[in-house]
Order: sequence, then structure tokens, then C-alpha cells
Amino acid sequence: MSSVSISLGEVAAALALVAVAAVVSFWRRAELETDLGIAVLRSFVQLTAVGYVIQAIFDSDSLWLVAALLAGMVAFGAFTARGRAKAVPGALGPIALALSLAAVATLALVLALGVFDAEPRYLVPVGGMVIGNSMTAAAVALNRLADEVDSGRARIEAVLALGASSRQAARGLVTRSLRSGMIPLIDSTKTTGVVFFPGTMVGMLIAGAEPIDAVRLQLILLWVLLGSVALAALVSVSLAYRGFFTPAHQLREPA
Amino acid sequence: MLEGVDLVLRPETTALLGPSGSGKSTLLRLLNRLADPDEGVVRYHGRDVRELDPLELRRRVALVPQLPAPVEGSVADNVGYGPALAGRSVDAERPLSLAGLGREFAERDASKLSVGEQQRVMLARALALEPEVLLLDEPTAALDAEARDAVERALTGLTGVTMVLVTHERAQAERLAQRVVEIREGRIA
Repeated sequence: MSSVSISLGEVAAALALVAVAAVVSFWRRAELETDLGIAVLRSFVQLTAVGYVIQAIFDSDSLWLVAALLAGMVAFGAFTARGRAKAVPGALGPIALALSLAAVATLALVLALGVFDAEPRYLVPVGGMVIGNSMTAAAVALNRLADEVDSGRARIEAVLALGASSRQAARGLVTRSLRSGMIPLIDSTKTTGVVFFPGTMVGMLIAGAEPIDAVRLQLILLWVLLGSVALAALVSVSLAYRGFFTPAHQLREPA
Repeated sequence: MLEGVDLVLRPETTALLGPSGSGKSTLLRLLNRLADPDEGVVRYHGRDVRELDPLELRRRVALVPQLPAPVEGSVADNVGYGPALAGRSVDAERPLSLAGLGREFAERDASKLSVGEQQRVMLARALALEPEVLLLDEPTAALDAEARDAVERALTGLTGVTMVLVTHERAQAERLAQRVVEIREGRIA
């Protein structure tokens, strides 16, 4: 792959477009100038910092450091997803397990199949994509699960009252929640290249790669993501539904 | 919500009568362990219900909910649902006729029936478990007079099953029950 070199001056020049946003905000009194400033500053600081971290990991070539970084991503992702699925009791454990499993299983498979070599250069960005997308899928699925339980209490208890276990009573909700978690990525995979160009491909094309190479790498990533997102949604929902029930197959009162 | 309740239910029809919010539905939910009391014990045939398998208990002490909550599928699917969970198959005709529904209902889509018919499907679904006790949580509250009469006729015709009926309607309690227990503000009045 050919490399690109971008000077700080070029980056600074892109700020002109942020100025356009600031002018729009000021002119239409949207009062977003401060937020825009914070966003620009944070993106600069966070991305620069992570750039140095990743550079250090690439230089060290240590798989342990890669594992530690991915573990950090899983922890951060699990807390973020839990924040979006507050109505699910005890969701943190299931989410953390779902993200870890999705990351480990997909990366292991990709390495075993020889798609990538076991190098930080591949593992860090692919792991990050897998964990990020799994986090979104788990959050969407668990949110749906909480909605399903909330709106379906009478139906769930009616089935429990016929001698259904909590697992049997939750079967339909679990299926529908799983679908909610997986459908956004399936849909965006269907429209990819038509409605939008995925980031990896855009980045590779700008960096000067052959379009066909960019397409192949993008396909690998899309397909890996499908697998990991399905795993994350399945694991998080299959474990988290238990939080709504007691061991005696009773539906818990809402918190 | 409930306090100081000391009650022995005998093999007859008992009505728990009280205004909404008095705690009578909560009491009913303790009997099949959809909920547990914070303090005190519920016994079934002398045994603490917490020592029993809750799923087996719910098959022997079956509940008809206040609002019909059919599962997806035909009336026969609904009637067979409980027994199927226990690994048994059942002929839908007998429970349906006990609930006052003809065999022609068996293949109809349960979600397309009137609320009154659906409520009788709920009764048939509970009866298909061949329970010892039938818990009825305001079984006619959502029904018009005609549908209510049909459900009450079905209940009056049942034999060999102990019934516990929750109702806010004194006339209904007196029509259906041998014994009326009044509940007010979480206590037996």
C-alpha cells in the first residue's frame, strides 16, 4: 500500500470548513458555536493521542499490548452500551461478555483463515471496528428487549402462569430483539457502495490504493462485521433477558 | 400492599371482593407464585409453595388473566400451549366445550376472535392443564353483559375444580361463589 503524508498545515486548512459551520450556526442563531469548538478541540486531542498510542503499539509489535488495548475498548464499549440500555437489569456483564466474545471469535477466525497476519497493524483497527459495531448492535438489541418486556408484561405473565419457564416466556422477545440488533448492519451492508462509501474504502482510495484492493479489503471487513454483530446481539440478548426474571420464573417488578 | 392476611381456601368457589387497588389481585398472584410475599408463607396442601417447582405449581393452580393474552396461532394452538410446555398433547375439544365454545372454534385464528370469545379461550387454555385450582382475575371486567353471562355460565358448569375469583362486583361474587372474602386496603375486612 502506498503511504500518504499530511502536514499539520493541511489539517489546519480543513478548519476553514468548520468555520463555515460556525458561520451557519451564528447566522441562524443555532447557538452551536461553543459545541463546535469543543468538538473540534476534542477530536484533535483524542485522535492525536490515540494516534501516538497506536504508533507506539505498532512500533513495539507486541500482541500483549494489542490485547490490552482491545480489552480497554471492550470495557469502554460495554459501559457505553449499558448507558443506552439502562432499563435492562444487570446488563453490564452480558454486554461485556458479548463484546469480548465477538472480538475474540471474529479475530481468531480471521487469523485462522489467513485473511490477515497477526500484526498490530491489522488487529487494532479491525478489532476496533468489530467492538464498535458490536457495541451498537448490543445496545440496540437490549433497548428493544427492554421495550418488549415493558409493553408485553401481561402477555409474559399469562404465559408464565401456564407453566412456561422464563426462557420459554421470553423466546419471542429475544428473537425480535436479536433482529433489531442485526437489521441496521444488514441494511447498510445491502446499500454499501450505492448510498455510501464505507470508511475503509474511502481511506484506502485516498491513500492511493488500487480500487480493486480497496474493495476486497472492504468486503472482508463488512463480512467480518456481520458475523461479529450477530454474535454480539445473540450473546447479549440471550444472557440479559434473565435479568428481567427471578430464579422462580417470576417477572420482576420494573425498577 | 397486603398485610396481616390469614386465609384458608377450601375446595369450593371463593370470591375475593374489593375495590380496585385493594390488593386482591396481588393476593391471587401469591397463590401461583407469580409473586412472593415479603413476609409470611403461602401453603399449598400444607407445603410452603417456595419448596415446590413453580412451573408444576402453576399447572396445578392455573390462572385466567384479566385481559385475554392469546399466543400467536389458532385457538387449538392456544388450548394446547400449556400442556405442550409439559410435554403433553391435548384434544382441544373438551376444554373448549367446558368454556362454552364449539369445536368449530379450534382452527380459527385466536387473535381475530371477539374479546368475549378470546376470554373463553383463556378459560379453555387454563382448563386444558386439568388444574386442581382455577384462579380468575376479574375474568369479565373487559366484557359486555352478554359475553360476561357466557363466561359465568361456563364457570358455573365446572365441577371438581376449586376456584378463586377476584372481582370488584358484589353481585358477581354472590352469583358465582359459595364464600365471599372482602378485601379492603390490603386487609381482610
